[in-house]
Amino acid sequence: MAKITYIEHNGAEHTLEVKSGLSVMEGAVKNNVPGIDADCGGACACATCHVYVDDAWLDKTGEKTAMEESMLDFAENVQPNSRLSCQIKVSDALDGLVVRMPESQH
Amino acid sequence: MEKNDAGVMIVGAGHAGGTAAALLRQFGYAGPITLVGEEPLAPYQRPPLSKAWLKGETDAESLALKPDSFYEEAGVALLKGEHVTAIDRTARRIVLASGATRPYDILILATGARARRLALPGADLDGVLVLRSAADAEALKARLGPGKRLAVIGGGYIGLEAAASARALGAQAVVLEREPRLLARVAGQTLSDFFTAYHRARGVDVRLGVQIEGFVGEGEVRGVRLAGGEIVPCDAALVGVGAIPNSELAEAAGLDCDNGVVVDLEARTSDPAIFAIGDVTRRPLPHYGRVARLESVANALEQARQAASAITGRPAPAPEVTWNWSDQYDLKYQIAGLPFEADAVVTRGDPATGRFALFHMAGEVIQAVEAVNAPAEFMGGRQLIAQRRPVSRARLADPSVSMKEVAA
Ligand SMILES: Cc1cc2nc3c(=O)[nH]c(=O)nc-3n(C[C@H](O)[C@H](O)[C@H](O)COP(=O)(O)OP(=O)(O)OC[C@H]3O[C@@H](n4cnc5c(N)ncnc54)[C@H](O)[C@@H]3O)c2cc1C
Ligand code: FES
Repeated sequence: MAKITYIEHNGAEHTLEVKSGLSVMEGAVKNNVPGIDADCGGACACATCHVYVDDAWLDKTGEKTAMEESMLDFAENVQPNSRLSCQIKVSDALDGLVVRMPESQH
Repeated sequence: MEKNDAGVMIVGAGHAGGTAAALLRQFGYAGPITLVGEEPLAPYQRPPLSKAWLKGETDAESLALKPDSFYEEAGVALLKGEHVTAIDRTARRIVLASGATRPYDILILATGARARRLALPGADLDGVLVLRSAADAEALKARLGPGKRLAVIGGGYIGLEAAASARALGAQAVVLEREPRLLARVAGQTLSDFFTAYHRARGVDVRLGVQIEGFVGEGEVRGVRLAGGEIVPCDAALVGVGAIPNSELAEAAGLDCDNGVVVDLEARTSDPAIFAIGDVTRRPLPHYGRVARLESVANALEQARQAASAITGRPAPAPEVTWNWSDQYDLKYQIAGLPFEADAVVTRGDPATGRFALFHMAGEVIQAVEAVNAPAEFMGGRQLIAQRRPVSRARLADPSVSMKEVAA
């Protein structure tokens, strides 16, 4: 279990308890948090689950795969702290995680 | 915003219907929402049924679009296991199999498509299966495992994914394809050859140009009979020969249909009170100046956004370039666009390396891209297709020029 705060582009905050083993993307989508579209359902095929990870958490969220890196390369408004949220697995170690959403996923 | 007592009725609780219900609430729709579906489950994702779920890598909970609790919390009345038999457009109500009726102010048809079956001798034997629903997938999985033999009829994506998943579960797999190549309806020769070789190298018996005459067995399927009499033994036969739109309700109600319910870019049908979204529709593709019926999650989601936007008075979302994906073994296959009017194919990378992309060109403009383990080519290609920007074929074909540079 981890408490995760999702911040929409317009500033709206959603803090949720997300079960370990789910992805950060699933935590948002299953709770109908707007701003993460996740068209491919977590297959790392769409890049519509783009988030910015708060710098303090970058290390704990793990390394990007080459696949994720290439997908992100072409997403809109990419920053050094950009991640595909379907590729971040939730665990107790992520308790307190804060992610922000880009203006648009499409 | 239109808002009345009966609110929005969504028929078909699949990927499109479930998404439309959730988006209506996200977009601030406050009226009643009813979601009626004939399956016993809340809306779920089908793509993993032939991929990660079939291999046992994800569970049923992760298939669900939303947890069951969502519907009550969001005020969406979810009627499961209810088949809708008719639409009464004059009275603005739908009729359930029980004879009960439900009113609507706005109706969204999201009835999807069903797997085509083969009218051949023995097609009703146990173990002759199709793969569309979670129940279908359970039946298939129950028949796979070490030592079991799966015969796949039809070399399309779903059949090939099932064959790859069967191999992962330790089963044997044979693919029986009528055409001289795999993926004949959807891919070019290079890709057909690539997938044929990839499956064969992983122990799948791919047989091309074979005609099927029926299924044999007593009660249970034991084999597939080919023209000429040969019997291919199997413990399960998966028929993967395409899908048919569930447009009968719309046809009977007199809505414009043409192999699918005809809709506009708001996903509205010929009746302004009725929208249709997902696999059941025939829709405009503004990028190509055509209409087509698409079967993909991206299409279902785009049309759910179009309908939810129109119903809540939001500006229409910008049209998207259609896309799709498939997972087989360690291959991630991604497609964007459609190869209409393409006059040449540019190959980037070497198929022999298992990492390449094919660009379908109309002159200097990319119409479609098929990428195998090549996410940059997929993403960059999708952008270039959307922008309709001319690109140099020579640079596109040269992997030493990065996709970023090609797209620059
Ligand atoms: C095995 C498999 C793998 C796939 N893989 C991919 C993939 O990798 N990528 C991709 O983009 N797409 C894939 N697809 C396609 C994708 O799942 C569909 O495009 C998508 O589900 C379409 O959504 P839909 O809501 O239009 O239809 P569906 O999800 O089929 O939902 C329609 C629902 O309506 C119900 N219904 C129909 N008629 C009635 C009625 N009269 N009354 C009540 N309920 C009714 C049906 O039972 C069904 O539950 C795959 C499909 C399958 C089957
Ligand atoms: S959900 Fe599609 S890439 Fe993350």
